[in-house]
Amino acid sequence: MTATSRPARNIWKNRRTIEAIAIVAIALFVAFAMPLLLSEFRLKLLGRFLSFAIVALGIDLIWGYTGMLSLGHGIFFALGGYALAMHANLQLPEGQMPEFFTLYGVDALPAFWKPFVSFPFTAIAIFTIPAIVAGFLGYLIFRNRIRGVYFSILTQAALIVFFNFFNGQQELINGTNGLKTDTEMMFGVLMSSPEAQMVFFRVSVLLLVVGYVLCRWLTSGRFGRLLVAIRDDESRVRFSGYDPTGFKVLVFAISGALAGIGGALYTAQSGIITPSAMEVATSIEMVIWVAVGGRATLVGAIVGTLIVSYARTFLSEEFPAVWLFFQGALFLLVVTSLPDGLVGLWRDTVWPWVQARLGLTPQVAFPGMTDPGVELEKQEIESNK
Amino acid sequence: MSLFFNALFNGISVGSVLLIVALGLAIVFGLMGAINLAHGELMMLGAYTTFVVQNVMKPLGEPLFDLYIFVALPLAFVVAAIAGLILEKSVIRHLYGRPLETLLATWGVSLILIQTVRSVNWTLTLAVGILCLLYFGGKWILQKQTDWPRIAGWANSTLLALSIAISIVTGIILSKVDSDTLNREWFSARNVDVTAPAWLRGGLPVGGVQLPYARLFIIALTIVCTIGVYWFLNKSLWGLRIRAVTQNREMSACLGIPTERVDALTFALGSGLAGIAGCAVTLLGSVGPNLGSSYIVDAFMVVVVGGVGKLVGSIVAALVIGSFSYLIGSGTLLLVFGDIPPLASFFEFFATTSMAKVMVFATIVAFLQVRPAGIFPQKGRTIDA
Repeated sequence: MTATSRPARNIWKNRRTIEAIAIVAIALFVAFAMPLLLSEFRLKLLGRFLSFAIVALGIDLIWGYTGMLSLGHGIFFALGGYALAMHANLQLPEGQMPEFFTLYGVDALPAFWKPFVSFPFTAIAIFTIPAIVAGFLGYLIFRNRIRGVYFSILTQAALIVFFNFFNGQQELINGTNGLKTDTEMMFGVLMSSPEAQMVFFRVSVLLLVVGYVLCRWLTSGRFGRLLVAIRDDESRVRFSGYDPTGFKVLVFAISGALAGIGGALYTAQSGIITPSAMEVATSIEMVIWVAVGGRATLVGAIVGTLIVSYARTFLSEEFPAVWLFFQGALFLLVVTSLPDGLVGLWRDTVWPWVQARLGLTPQVAFPGMTDPGVELEKQEIESNK
Repeated sequence: MSLFFNALFNGISVGSVLLIVALGLAIVFGLMGAINLAHGELMMLGAYTTFVVQNVMKPLGEPLFDLYIFVALPLAFVVAAIAGLILEKSVIRHLYGRPLETLLATWGVSLILIQTVRSVNWTLTLAVGILCLLYFGGKWILQKQTDWPRIAGWANSTLLALSIAISIVTGIILSKVDSDTLNREWFSARNVDVTAPAWLRGGLPVGGVQLPYARLFIIALTIVCTIGVYWFLNKSLWGLRIRAVTQNREMSACLGIPTERVDALTFALGSGLAGIAGCAVTLLGSVGPNLGSSYIVDAFMVVVVGGVGKLVGSIVAALVIGSFSYLIGSGTLLLVFGDIPPLASFFEFFATTSMAKVMVFATIVAFLQVRPAGIFPQKGRTIDA
């Protein structure tokens, strides 16, 4: 028994090691070589896209793995962004208030602003506030077994509600104008200075890696299989004795937390957060990142985000009117003819083709989907026949 | 008190527009389980049809021009219905049973429709015409060849790629031509104004309250549409078929009901209703390419609250949501409850259009805790309704 299990285990371990080395190598390359290769403007752009990728990881977690399509991730993105921006806006001499308050005749700092003076509180709030909001909203929806399209519509409605709230409350959070961060100081450094931006860029790379590892961990074990089971047949999961509600709430909250982190990093690098981050279109665009890259593959979420974001920048710089046509066509194309995204295309079509040309033996199954224990059992049953 | 009745009347007229929009959405959702995010854009098509009809009929002079709305209404219905039919035949039919994918694909369609209305000119029309001519013409010619089934796979994609390339090149060449007729945008991104016919201006004085004729007309139109839809669904042969397929698709198919034609017909009907709603909206104010988005989410909420079991659910939900958001948003409830201090400050906080949305959404989520499947849920014994 032990003798036969060892080789299988070794391969398993090997894959993990290779993956870990690859991740570290790519992360180090992006964090240290990219600043030398790209201009300051392009690097900032890359940093923003990497923070988008963190959001995409969260969306992949709930949509790709658990089958819940959220059209409201802009809420969590903006909440994270606002948390950081509030902290930055409060870095003032004692007794002063952010300037915009005086415009609306507010003379006392609203109570919910006060804790954001402290950095540790803000750092925790960036991911806990979105997680709590997502968890609460998710609980109210999931406990009644509302799902599928209803869930999508309700998240979209929640998004509009938050958009309206942030847009309408001038006295609380500066309404439509949003909060600026690029002219503010953090730890005594101007946030738009190249040094600070470099730190934000590297933090984005680091947190993207952390997010990836977290999602990889969540989706590879029992928990991950349960998520996929909820996606494929929730009633059956229920009949097997699990209560999907708790798991769905948890995974939705994690996804919201990732979106909050992404939002905070984006805000730091773009210099401003406005309620327009909560527009309907923005949130649906986040979904298309995952769809283009490939659902239920974490690499796909990151790759898709980078490709779509770069395409967007390129097209809207060169031909602004074409972008919406292109985006619309992208939605149609990905949904109708590329359901597994680019990673799926690579995995199912291109890579086997390349392997066949090179004379390599094609792999039978996708490595992540096989369970070494089950494989072993299968072999034993077959050898006993 | 007269102020209150005036506001109530306005609220009901807002609710009636919402009802026409939501009726189409609810029927389609009940039948196919798919939400059409492009529904709002079909509404916009109806509004622009009205605009075009108005401009065409302007030279006809006063007595005829005043009746343009009766030409515009059926035309708006037909234009939106045809657009919906094309959408169903080309996209939605292929995504049957995948509601979340349908959601994304229709979002793509809505982006394309918005940008089309913004930038449509003769160049774009010609390019699309050439594309259709080349692709469908070429396909028609090739299909006469005996070996079509054998070459269909690659011939189809080659043909499509070639026609797209040729039409794009033609479009680019034409857009370089310095011609005002070719390259002037028909509508552009600006809002357009539709002047209401003379007999719809002014209002009916009822006990000190002025009821605008335009709103009375909309309410009458809604009543006619609702009765029409009710009659169609309950008394006609195709209505019977639609109800049968809504209840049990497989069984209906077994009994010889052409489910695909039922789908297409229902979708066209729903889209046509959106067109009529678009026509009605032009009486309330100016319309722009983004018209759809302001109604669509409310319409979704109507579907969620009303449930898909009965038409009555949509009617009640639309009127309640429409009039309540108006009453809260316009601050009318503030006048009613102004004497009770805690309630007064409560309603004052929500007395803007955007904050009214916040409150209505909170109420809807609370309502769903009691009745998760809406006022009239679909009755049945399946686990996944």
